[in-house]
Formats: sequence, structure tokens, C-alpha cells
Amino acid sequence: MDDHWLTRASTIKRLWIGSVIVLAATVLMDLAINHHPHFGLDGTFGFGAWFGFATCVAMIVFAKALGAILKRPDTYYDS
Amino acid sequence: MTASVLPPAIVLIIGGLVLPMLPVRLRGFTILAMPLVTLFLVWQVPDGAALRMPFLGYELTLVKGDALSRLFATVFAVMAFAGGLFALNQNRVVELAAAFCYAGSAIGVVFAGDLISLFIFWELMAIASTLVVWSAGPSARGPGLRYAAIHLLGGVLLMAGIAGEVASTGSLALGKLELDSLSRGLILAGFLINAGAWPLSSWLPDAYPESSWSGMVFLSAFTTKAAVYVLLRCFPGTELLIYVGLFMVFYGIVYAILENDMRRILAYSIVNQVGFMVTGIGIGTELALNGAAAHAFTHIIYKALLLMSAGSVLYMTGKRKCTDLGGLFRTMPLTTICGIVGALSISSFPLTSGFVSKSMISDAAGIQRLEMVWYLLAAASAGVFLHAGIKFPWFVFFQKDSGLRPADPPWNMRAAMVLCAALCIGIGVLPGPLYAILPYPVTYVPYTPSHVVFYLQLLLFSGLAFFLMLDWLKRTLTITLDVDWLYRRLGLALAQNLNRAAETAWNGVMGSAERAARGVSSGIQRYHGPDGILARTWPTGAMAFWMTIMLAAYLILSYL
Repeated sequence: MDDHWLTRASTIKRLWIGSVIVLAATVLMDLAINHHPHFGLDGTFGFGAWFGFATCVAMIVFAKALGAILKRPDTYYDS
Repeated sequence: MTASVLPPAIVLIIGGLVLPMLPVRLRGFTILAMPLVTLFLVWQVPDGAALRMPFLGYELTLVKGDALSRLFATVFAVMAFAGGLFALNQNRVVELAAAFCYAGSAIGVVFAGDLISLFIFWELMAIASTLVVWSAGPSARGPGLRYAAIHLLGGVLLMAGIAGEVASTGSLALGKLELDSLSRGLILAGFLINAGAWPLSSWLPDAYPESSWSGMVFLSAFTTKAAVYVLLRCFPGTELLIYVGLFMVFYGIVYAILENDMRRILAYSIVNQVGFMVTGIGIGTELALNGAAAHAFTHIIYKALLLMSAGSVLYMTGKRKCTDLGGLFRTMPLTTICGIVGALSISSFPLTSGFVSKSMISDAAGIQRLEMVWYLLAAASAGVFLHAGIKFPWFVFFQKDSGLRPADPPWNMRAAMVLCAALCIGIGVLPGPLYAILPYPVTYVPYTPSHVVFYLQLLLFSGLAFFLMLDWLKRTLTITLDVDWLYRRLGLALAQNLNRAAETAWNGVMGSAERAARGVSSGIQRYHGPDGILARTWPTGAMAFWMTIMLAAYLILSYL
């Protein structure tokens, strides 16, 4: 039933490889581009990449922690 | 009454009221024609006051035009058209009637030339939008009522603020207000409630997702963006708004990450996106204000597109939880592609509309040397891709095979999605026409290599974080408690306890009153009852005896 080409393991593997190449390329483009940093940190190599990754991990971790306190079954308000 | 123009709001409001009475075959045509006529009228409004009317001793300016008004009215009219097209097959005509009155009132708000006219359209918007929520059926009654209560509270604050403003300054003028008095604080609070600002923001994820598959498309467009318009008009450069906006941005992201219901994810992301606009208004430079206005314009379209794709899924499958969905890309290719276009636009991906608007706000923060604000906005841009840009399409259309095999929705819904997707990409590729109608002259160039590469890095690595941490993001059958818990649970419990305490006190008071009354009554009974001492029949002899005593006493006293 689930034999769509997009869901095959080989396709997914190729997608991962392709993505890693694209990710590396966007970081390497920093070598060729003259950024105009407003401050200091935003001028570091691959700033968008590491900052985007780190802040997203932080947001997921924070959300998970908040969820541990505030999550309830979705029938909570039904009763 | 002096008029040099037909008020654009009137077509949609009257059209909405008439719609249910029209024969069914005329409805489709009317639904599509009214927004186009409105759009034409919007562009006939000249700069300055165009329609005045006396009201209760005041001179109201019902229509007053400038670039900012026309920008918002334009996108509201476009949205009424796209929403109408999407909802053509909605058989609850009340919803469409209410939605058109709602859109018309929103256009009334953006053309209102004084505080009282603004308030009138503001409240019409609250009533019409509540009817849109309610038209989804019995399940929407509670959320609709809570929605109405919060908006009426906002209306009361706004009215109190306007009354204070008129009393202290004598002016109804709708223009820039310094935040220097209680009444202006109340006006700002009234505006912020409609903007979905924390803490009174949970009405949005509470009520909007309970509307019908087409209702939320309309709801997402008008209330919050009309609030952004009045903030732009009255409170540009108010520093407080930077912090309010940034809080909304991150609140939206964190709650959307935890959410399971696809339309609630998108509801939290409305708060998140309006947060960007509010931050821009707080920064207050021409670039920031242009950015906030442009972002409101692009946001209305891509958010409508996202909600149309979610609405299509809901319409075809009847399901809205991520845990029930997945794998729909197989049989809903057009809905999937349109959903992805909306998701990329909301994430400000280069070549989409979000890129040319949102980056103006962050750049304004950079130019103003607002270091922390700039870093937080950059983190938030990555977070948008995380909570809406990937999360929504991934969990709805890919993720796992849910076994559902729905087809794409009917033609009108597909056409509306294609229209919005074309606008998202069109504005992203050619931002010139949008920039030309912004309130201030634009010299901004979005597509510089540095800019594009920075955003690509930010977004793609946010995507990497998403897929690497997918286990942490797995959806569960849960909701996350929000501020509405205070009035849905704590308030309810307090009210119930108060009720019980009042009942006990009442019973106590009534019990003792009854006992006291019984005491009095039995006392009376004892002396005056059938056997009471005062009720006995006295023998004639006793009377004659006492009379003799009294006469004797009288005789003696008279001799003394």
C-alpha cells in the first residue's frame, strides 16, 4: 500500500544526502559573500546556520520543558 | 452629511445582510462581485476626509483616506474575494453573510476618520466575527461565547479610553497618540486585545479553530490585522510594543510546537506573525512601519492560503489532529503544494512574499542598533520555519501514512488556493507593486546576496534541527494549558465555590430567620393562641370585681 516513491528508504537516503550538500553549500557561500554585520556576532562565519540551528534546538527544548508542566489530555476541557 | 465618495464598507455590509435573502443561483455571483466592487471603491477614496456626518452632537468622519488606509482596505477586499471563492460551496449561508459584514466592518475600521466611527465599526466587527464562529454549529457555542466575552471586554476598555480621551482633550481625532494618560492606556489595551497580545491572546487559538472549514479563513484575516492597522495609526514608535511584540512572537512559536491540532498550530502562528508586526510598530522608524504594514498585507494572504489548505483537509477528511493525519500528499497534490507555498511564505523564504516584508522589520532593528531585538527576531524567523514552515506541511501531508486517501477539494476551493499561492510567489518575486502602495517611500532592496544567503542558512538549518529532533516533536493527544485556563477552570472553580459558599450562607441566614420567626410566632401563639392567657374568656364576675377595685381606687384618690 505504502509504495509511493517518496516514501522508499532509498529516496529518503538520497534526500538526506542532497540536503546535506545544500546545507554545506549555503554555509560555504559565506566565503564568497561580503556580509554587512550590524553588530559583532552576526559577522561570524556561517552565522545564520549555527544561530538558526542553536536557537531552534533551544526553542524545542524550552517547549518540551514547558509542555512537561502544562500539557493535558486533549479531552481536558470536555468534562 | 457631506460625501464625495461612496463608503467602501457599505457594499460588503449591506451585501452580507442581503445575501441570505437572494435566490441561490444569484448568490455565487454576488459573493464574487461584491469584493471586486469594494476594491474599486477603495481606490476611489481620495486623501483626506471624504464623508462626514453629524452624530449626537459630534461631527463624525466616516471615510478618510490615505496610503495606510488604502493598503489595508485593499488586502481586506482581496481577502473577501479569495475567501468568498473558497467558501462558494459552504452551504451555511449565515456564515458567508456574517463573513461579508465582518470584512466590510474591517474596511470601515481602516477608513474611520475619528475615534467614534472607529469604535462603531470595531464593535460591528466583533459581532459579525462571533457569528462566523457560531455558524460552525453547536460545538462552537462555548468557544464563540468566550470569544465574544473577551472582545466585548476589549470594546469596553476601548470605549472607556475614547470617553476619557474626548473628556480630557475634547478631540475625536484618530492620529498618533503619546502613551501618557490612563485613557490612552485603555485605548491601547483595547487595541492589543484584538491584536491577540498576551495575556488576553488565548481567545484566538480557543475560538478560531472551532469555526467551520471556511470560517477560519475569514477570521484569520480581519480582527488581528485591523488591530495592527490602528496600532500603526495611533501608537507608532511606542517602545512598549517592542516587548509586547517579541513576547507574542515566542509565545506563538512555543505553543505551536506543542500543539497537535493543525488549525490551532496555525492559530498560534497568527499570534506569532502579528508579534513581528507589533515589534515593527514599536521600533517606529519609517522602514519598520513600512515593514509592519507590508507584513500585514503579505501575512493575510499566506495565512489565508495555509488555512485554505488546512480547511481543504478538514473538508475532505473531517479530521484536524496531526495524530490522525499524514501521507495526504499522495491524493491531495494541489492542496499539498499550495500548503507548502503558504508555509514557505510564512517562513520568509526567498522568492516568497514573507521574505520581502518581514526582512524590513529585522533590518529596521539592525539600523536602529537594537541589538537584542535584532537577534531575537533572527531566532524567531528560524522558529517560524520550525513551527509552521515545516511542522504544518510535514505532519499534515507527509509524516506517516494515515491510510486516508482523500481527493483534492472542489474546483472553487482549488481556485482560491491557486490564487493565493500565485499572489504569495508573485509578491515575493516582484515586490515593486506592494512597495509602491506602502505608507512611506521605499528604498529598501530585499534581494541582496548577503540577505538571501543569511535567510537560507537560518531557515535550512532550522529545518535540520526539526528533522534531527523529530522524536522530541512527535505529536501527542494533548493540549497545552494557556491563560484561558484561568477563566475556563480556575474562574469556573472559584465561581462554583463562591456559589456553594453563598448557598451555605444563604441557607444559614434563611434557617436562623425561620427559627426566629417561628420563635416569635410561637410566643404570640402562647399568649394569644386559643389557649393563651390573653385569649381566655373572662367571667363577668372577674370584670365586675376589677371594676369595683378601680372605682374604689378612684374614690380614695379623689379624697386624698
